[in-house]
Amino acid sequence: MIAEITRIRHKYLRHDKKFPHVWCPGCGIGIVLGSLIRAIDGLGLAKNDLVLASGIGCSGRLPAYVDFNTLHTTHGRALTFSTGIKLANPSLNVLTVMGDGDATAIGGNHFIHAARRNLNLTAIIINNQIYGMTGGQYSPTTPYGSNSTTSPYGHIEHAFSIADLAVTSGASYVARGTVYHVPALDKLISRGIEKEGFSVIEIMTNCHTQYGRRNEMSDPVTMMKWFKDHAVTTTRAKKMSPEELKGKFSIGVLTDIDKPSYTEEYQKIRDRAKGREVKS
Amino acid sequence: MTPEEETVRNSSSTEVQDEYWEKKLEMEKKGKKLFKQQIFLDWCKGCGICVAFCPRKVYEMDEMGSPVIVRPDDCIGCRFCELHCPDFAITIIKRYPDRRRRKSDGS
Ligand SMILES: Cc1ncc(C[n+]2csc(CCOP(=O)(O)OP(=O)(O)O)c2C)c(N)n1
Ligand code: SF4
Ligand code: SF4
Ligand code: SF4
Ligand SMILES: [Mg+2]
Repeated sequence: MIAEITRIRHKYLRHDKKFPHVWCPGCGIGIVLGSLIRAIDGLGLAKNDLVLASGIGCSGRLPAYVDFNTLHTTHGRALTFSTGIKLANPSLNVLTVMGDGDATAIGGNHFIHAARRNLNLTAIIINNQIYGMTGGQYSPTTPYGSNSTTSPYGHIEHAFSIADLAVTSGASYVARGTVYHVPALDKLISRGIEKEGFSVIEIMTNCHTQYGRRNEMSDPVTMMKWFKDHAVTTTRAKKMSPEELKGKFSIGVLTDIDKPSYTEEYQKIRDRAKGREVKS
Repeated sequence: MTPEEETVRNSSSTEVQDEYWEKKLEMEKKGKKLFKQQIFLDWCKGCGICVAFCPRKVYEMDEMGSPVIVRPDDCIGCRFCELHCPDFAITIIKRYPDRRRRKSDGS
C-alpha cells in the first residue's frame, strides 16, 4: 500500500520534473508547500478548479512545484492577476502566494484594497521578514534593531504586522501560523480556502540564509526554535498582560467574520444585467 | 534497510540474530506500534531539521551531513519529521514486527 503522504505528493506536486526544489536547505517555504497541498487534499478540491498565482521572490517560486493551474506573475502584482481570474471565472478557487516584500512593500496597495473589497480570494503570505531572493534587504516586516544588508547598523524603522493590517483593511478571515506549528498551519490554510471573502494567512517562515545569518540564527533549527518559543496562541494571548506579550507574536485565527464578498456582489450585478438583456 | 537491520543481516553470529528477533517478538507481545522511516536522499539537503526535532532521537547526522536512521524502533509515529522536512524527503509508514520474514527465516 502506498503511504498517504506519498499519494498526496504524487497527486499535487510536479514530483517527476521539478525536485529537489530550488530553495536553500531547511528553507521554510518547502514546509509551507507541504501544508498547502495537505490542506487542498483535505478539502477534496479538484485540481482543475484550482489556480495558484504568485509574485516574484523565493516564495514566488512555489507555484512551479504544484501540479494545478499556476501563474508566476510580476513582483507585487500577484493579487491583481488573481482578481482578474476570479472575476472572469468565479467558479475557480484562486489562491495567491506572496512574500512579505511582495505583498506589503511593492504590492502593499494592492493588498490593502483587495482586503477592503473583500474579494473571494485566499492570500498566503510567506513572511520571512526579509527580501530573501535579492540578497537580504530589509522589508516592511523586518524587526526594529535587526540587521540586514540595507540596515548594517541595525534597523531603525519599525515593522508592521501583516495580519493586523489585513484585519483593519477589512479581510473576512485573517490567521497567522508558523512553519514550526505545522498541523495548526494545515488547518488555518484549509479554513482560509473554504472561507467566502478575502482570507489572509500570514506564515512566519525561516530564511536563515538572508535573515537568520545576520541575526544570530544562521540555521533553520535555531529559527524554528525561535518560532516555537515566541509564538503564543490567540486564546492564550488574551489572558496575558502586555508586558508578558512583549517580543511575542500570536498565532491562530485573528478574524473570521461574514460579510458580502465582492465576488458575490459582482455576480448579482452580472445576473441583473443578463436579466435586463432578456427583457428588452 | 535500517543500519540495525543491516548489522543483523551481515552478522554471522547467531547471537546477534537471536537478540534481534527476540527484541522484535517482545515488542509484538507488548503491542507496540512500529514505524518505518524512509529517507529519500536524492531530495534531502541535509538541513538537520529531522535530526534536531525528532522527540525520540531516531536520526543522527553522518559525517557527510546526511541523516541516518539509527533508532528505528524508538519511533512513535508522531510524523513531526515528515511534516517538517522542507524537501519532502521523509515518509513514515506503519510497520508490523517483521512477521513474515521471521517465519521464512525459521524455515
Ligand atoms: C518591479 C520589480 N521590482 C523589484 C524587483 C526585485 N525583486 C525581486 S524579488 C524582490 C523581493 C523579494 O522579497 P519577498 O517578496 O519578501 O520574497 P522572498 O524572496 O523573501 O520570499 C525584489 C525587490 C523585481 N523583480 N521587480
Ligand atoms: S534565501 Fe531564504 S527564503 Fe530564499 S530559499 Fe534561501 S532560505 Fe529560503
Ligand atoms: S529534514 Fe528532510 S531535508 Fe532536512 S535533513 Fe531531514 S530528510 Fe534531509
Ligand atoms: S515520526 Fe516522530 S518519532 Fe518517528 S522518526 Fe519522525 S519525528 Fe521521530
Ligand atoms: Mg521575504
